[in-house]
Amino acid sequence: MPVITYRDALNQALREEMQRDDRVFLMGEEVAVYNGAYKVSKGLLAEFGEMRVVDTPITELGFAGIGVGAAMVGLRPIIEFMTWNFALLAIDQVVNAAAKMLYMSGGQFKMPMVFRGPNGAALQLSAQHSQAWESWLAHIPGLKVVTPGTPADAKGLLKSAIRDDNPVCFLEGEMLYNTKGEVPDDPDLTIPLGKAELKREGDHATIVTHGKMALVAVQVADQLAKEGIRVDVVDLRTVRPMDTEAVYASVRKTNRCVVLEEGWELCGVGAQVVDYVQRECFDHLDAPVLRVHQADVPMPYAKQIEKLAKPDAAKTIAAVKQVLYLDP
Amino acid sequence: MAKKKQPAEGAHGGVAVEDAPAVAAASDAATDAAVERPAPVAAAVGAEGAEGDDAELNHAMLRSMLLQRRFEERCAEAYAIGKIGGFCHLYIGQEAVSTGSMSVLRPDDYVITTYRDHGQALARGISARGVMAELFGREGGVSGGKGGSMHLFDAATNFLGGHGIVGGHVPIGAGVGFAIKYRGGDQVCVCFMGESVVNTGAFHEALNMAGLWKLPCVFVIENNRYGMGTALERASAIHDIYERGAAYNMPRGQCDGQDVFAVRRAMGEAVERARREQCPTLLEVRTYRFMGHSMSDAVSGTYRSKAELDEYLKRDPIALLRAHMQGRGQIDDAGVQAMDDAVKAEVQDAWDFADASPEPGPEALYRDVLADTTS
Repeated sequence: MPVITYRDALNQALREEMQRDDRVFLMGEEVAVYNGAYKVSKGLLAEFGEMRVVDTPITELGFAGIGVGAAMVGLRPIIEFMTWNFALLAIDQVVNAAAKMLYMSGGQFKMPMVFRGPNGAALQLSAQHSQAWESWLAHIPGLKVVTPGTPADAKGLLKSAIRDDNPVCFLEGEMLYNTKGEVPDDPDLTIPLGKAELKREGDHATIVTHGKMALVAVQVADQLAKEGIRVDVVDLRTVRPMDTEAVYASVRKTNRCVVLEEGWELCGVGAQVVDYVQRECFDHLDAPVLRVHQADVPMPYAKQIEKLAKPDAAKTIAAVKQVLYLDP
Repeated sequence: MAKKKQPAEGAHGGVAVEDAPAVAAASDAATDAAVERPAPVAAAVGAEGAEGDDAELNHAMLRSMLLQRRFEERCAEAYAIGKIGGFCHLYIGQEAVSTGSMSVLRPDDYVITTYRDHGQALARGISARGVMAELFGREGGVSGGKGGSMHLFDAATNFLGGHGIVGGHVPIGAGVGFAIKYRGGDQVCVCFMGESVVNTGAFHEALNMAGLWKLPCVFVIENNRYGMGTALERASAIHDIYERGAAYNMPRGQCDGQDVFAVRRAMGEAVERARREQCPTLLEVRTYRFMGHSMSDAVSGTYRSKAELDEYLKRDPIALLRAHMQGRGQIDDAGVQAMDDAVKAEVQDAWDFADASPEPGPEALYRDVLADTTS
């Protein structure tokens, strides 16, 4: 199987789906002539032309709404936000328009569209450019929220998102674009939305995670394995709808659970996972469920305290050992 | 507060334009005189225009406007007795805008509007039954009872909603125009909005792209002078708000919204420009709502005076059209009475239908949150 980057996996998904369906178009800032701020759309303008790969002014609210309108009448827009931080300017279109249109029209107007772009902290980009938005978006009925952590997931999930008849928020890891992995080149291969994947298997404890943190969780699992500690890594991949059955199956096996996410603590994705687990796996738990997340502060710029603010492997290992009642 | 100047009175209230030369189809090169002396969208044809003589068309338009009026009078009644809940914004006084606009559209054109959407829905041809049942929150409503007054949707007539966030639907309207262009079609998207929308970022962003990409849209500002209780003069740095079109290199103009012929002419031109040239237009239609902002708002006395209201009531769009038709022998008192009786019967039928339609059952609660289909 070919080994390619997360960036190229996304590019393949876009290209294949645009070849497959001429209703699919890509719109956003710098997606065409510039080949994408992160080069995800490289080469697409040359292949598909300017009607299908559309550079916009810096006008997030406007072009998100263009996407909503186009989707209402049957096109299948992919709206790229240069980063999800900028999507806040467009959130009315995502939340008030795209997410609700099918429901408030009594089922008449589907919203087959994707909002996508990089999410989460990179390195020293400070407060306004270092945020993970999935818990905000996952709060909204009518949206699907997808957070691929590997190149294969990025491709398979993006293809599914484009084919889905609902508005899908597709959150790419800003730090993942250069990561590599095996990716099938079969253009018909998709990964269903709402299906978690067991990325590591073990019977001592469960780490539930998603997005960029899936990578950290796998590192943690590999490191703990050297100490004889075997953990399940449940990568949710899709935050809404959430594959709760996969979580329950793992927790009922291991009886211990840590939830790892990039975002903040209060009302985070992990808070919801903990709620589900305490309700459905209460009798199976041998320890309180712990969470690892960003410190409850805006992201600082300075290197040392930025590192302190972020969830990482060391913090996750400490949490796993704590639910196992082991010395750190 | 200074009273805003009334639209110039022509034969029908006329087209309120500055000494109208040609139509403002000309784009705005930086040197275009239109920036200093805005050209109107509507050509200043008089009452002798062909529309004025078309008795059949005038009958249809009078009936359309009368239906909206009688329908909404019953809405006020239904609201008072609790059959309609939530927010309810009446359109009474503005009926010439919806009827005049819809009269120039094709069935495959698109319409998108704000939460003050009953009049446009009826004028577009959505059944009074479907609209009333929606207001009553019943299964038989156009949106299945899920949307209510502010969210009328009807795929069959390409009616893309009633939208509740001021400004939010303007980019969506531009997106429909984008889709038309993407497919190479010759439809038009008409996007209605109140004058307060022009101060939102969404308006600016949408019109900039529509002007930049030449999207086949007509942006219709229904300037009823008040965004809720805030007068235009207290909200916008310029008062001839169609001039904002200059910023988007967009043909623009204004017309008298109480005169259905003026609306028809202005819209006819704008729609043709969108259809033939894929060029958007910003049209300001000066009108007035005869009711409060919503059902909880007094008709006058707070932000506008009784005297001002009375002045505008003299130019009731329905009375103006009726007078025009009677003056030409196109309808007599008995004919008006018969039409009114028929319209009232249609509204009563809509009420009865809505009353008899069941409320959505519990099984409807989780329906249509997500589509279960893929491409």
